[in-house]
Amino acid sequence: MASEYTPSEMMAAVAARELGNGEVVFVGIGLPNLACNLARALQAPDLVLIYESGAVGAVPERLPVSIGDPSLVTGSLMICSMADVFQLFLQNGKIEVGFLGGAQVDRYGNINTTVIGGYEKPKVRLPGSGGAAEIAVHAQRVLIISRLNPRAFPAELDFLTSPGQRCKGKTRQELGMPGAGPVKVITDKGILESDPESGEMVLTALYPGVTLEDVKANVGWPLQSRAELGAVAPPTGEELRLLREVLDPRKLFLG
Amino acid sequence: MHSKVVSMQEAVAAHVRDGDTVVIEGFTHLICFAAGHEIIRQRRRDLTIARLTPDLIYDQMIAAGCARKLVFSWAGNPGAGSLHAFRRAVEKGTPKLEIEEYSHFGMVARMSAGAAGLPFWTMRNYMGTDLPVANPRIRTVTCPYTGEVLATVPALNPDVTVIHAQRADQYGNAQVWGLLGVQKEAAFASKRVIVVVEELVDESVIRADPNRTLIPGMIVDAVVVEPWGCHPSYAQGYYDRDNDFYVAWEDISRDPAKLQEYLEQWVYGVKDRAEYLARQPDLKARLTAKDQYCEGVNYGF
Repeated sequence: MASEYTPSEMMAAVAARELGNGEVVFVGIGLPNLACNLARALQAPDLVLIYESGAVGAVPERLPVSIGDPSLVTGSLMICSMADVFQLFLQNGKIEVGFLGGAQVDRYGNINTTVIGGYEKPKVRLPGSGGAAEIAVHAQRVLIISRLNPRAFPAELDFLTSPGQRCKGKTRQELGMPGAGPVKVITDKGILESDPESGEMVLTALYPGVTLEDVKANVGWPLQSRAELGAVAPPTGEELRLLREVLDPRKLFLG
Repeated sequence: MHSKVVSMQEAVAAHVRDGDTVVIEGFTHLICFAAGHEIIRQRRRDLTIARLTPDLIYDQMIAAGCARKLVFSWAGNPGAGSLHAFRRAVEKGTPKLEIEEYSHFGMVARMSAGAAGLPFWTMRNYMGTDLPVANPRIRTVTCPYTGEVLATVPALNPDVTVIHAQRADQYGNAQVWGLLGVQKEAAFASKRVIVVVEELVDESVIRADPNRTLIPGMIVDAVVVEPWGCHPSYAQGYYDRDNDFYVAWEDISRDPAKLQEYLEQWVYGVKDRAEYLARQPDLKARLTAKDQYCEGVNYGF
């Protein structure tokens, strides 16, 4: 059946619904940026967008191609140095929501954005942490956005760049991490949430037309799921209109 | 006081030496490609090049054989793909390149320590991650007041740092607006500082708005006037980022022959930035910034 919306549109809409009005969000480029601006246009007009480049309260008039786009400066509430972003805002606990993605996500929401293969001579060298490691430590809660496939959700990471709910058997509390870590993984097929007991990401909701088997086949560990799975509404007409006509008309990030 | 204004050729010849640790900072904004190109043209070798985001300019310097080592925290082509010269070096070992890797906060902290004259900086960071395994220079210290174990990174004190600013006077008092990145810390951490500007202004312009000064002339060794010196990066209020070129770099850098062709044509093949710009007469029409001025403030007392 041909779908009336793409997986990227669904992910952006689902991520946007996670954001409450007035929340302070550390924004990444791509889908997180679309999600934040979609939320700003709908239920969260007072969402405060902070970019690691130093833009605080950004109101980008065009879709920023990079995290340091000049449109993040024009009209912002504040421009500060990166030392201020990481120390006064992030480490000081002022960021409520952080968005992360990655080449690999494991069952605890640990993320690899560093290498595929060994560190010394990797098969694929990825960009590395950027600000991800510290966002994972400090944001009050983290939302992961990633498409499901077995390579992206392996049993073991090749490298642990950004910490999730358990690192090498230790809890975040034991490791002294202030933030709650990844609480949700928003995928193209459904939503995983961290289980408070085990720290594992468990399936809690399926998107329209997706089966449990379909999700399990794309995850590299024995995925647990809630006894009763929630349903997720498809993108509304208004969400799709904003995404397609206003936020990403050239389809830079909405495949 | 005497003027510090020199040409880019003179600044690089005088202040960038083989084996130096070189920082050309600027987070997406104000990355001085003109300085990187001149370093390539003057065939500097064995450099340790450090930046948060190596960006296209360090990819070019790696491909040109300038670098022995790269110190960084995010090595991608922002919004467009990979830095393929960097990836070839790490994945295939051609050319040989040593790497030392942090996160953004870690790099910022290294420069903050260097700028503050301290041997290291502390952060609450890296617990549970493999970054300290990959880079043993990321260590820990126990807080003498609370007993908390904190992450540490060593100070970074470059031999030379290049900062691009919108404007400065002839003594190097430099004013920047828009994204500020880690330029102030990098400059104060550095033994020598080259300031490159879009416009040279009178000292009275600087003194009229002292809150906007990011780098004081007292730490500056050379001032270079180089309009459009950041292209394909950008200067807020002057010209936009050339996102098309960033996208094009994906193809250019993927093929070593194409990359060398690029260097031949646009770096070795021009004598300076003025010639680089003269060969691209369309840039100004395509990228010149729209005006959006702010009101001044009252500095009276």
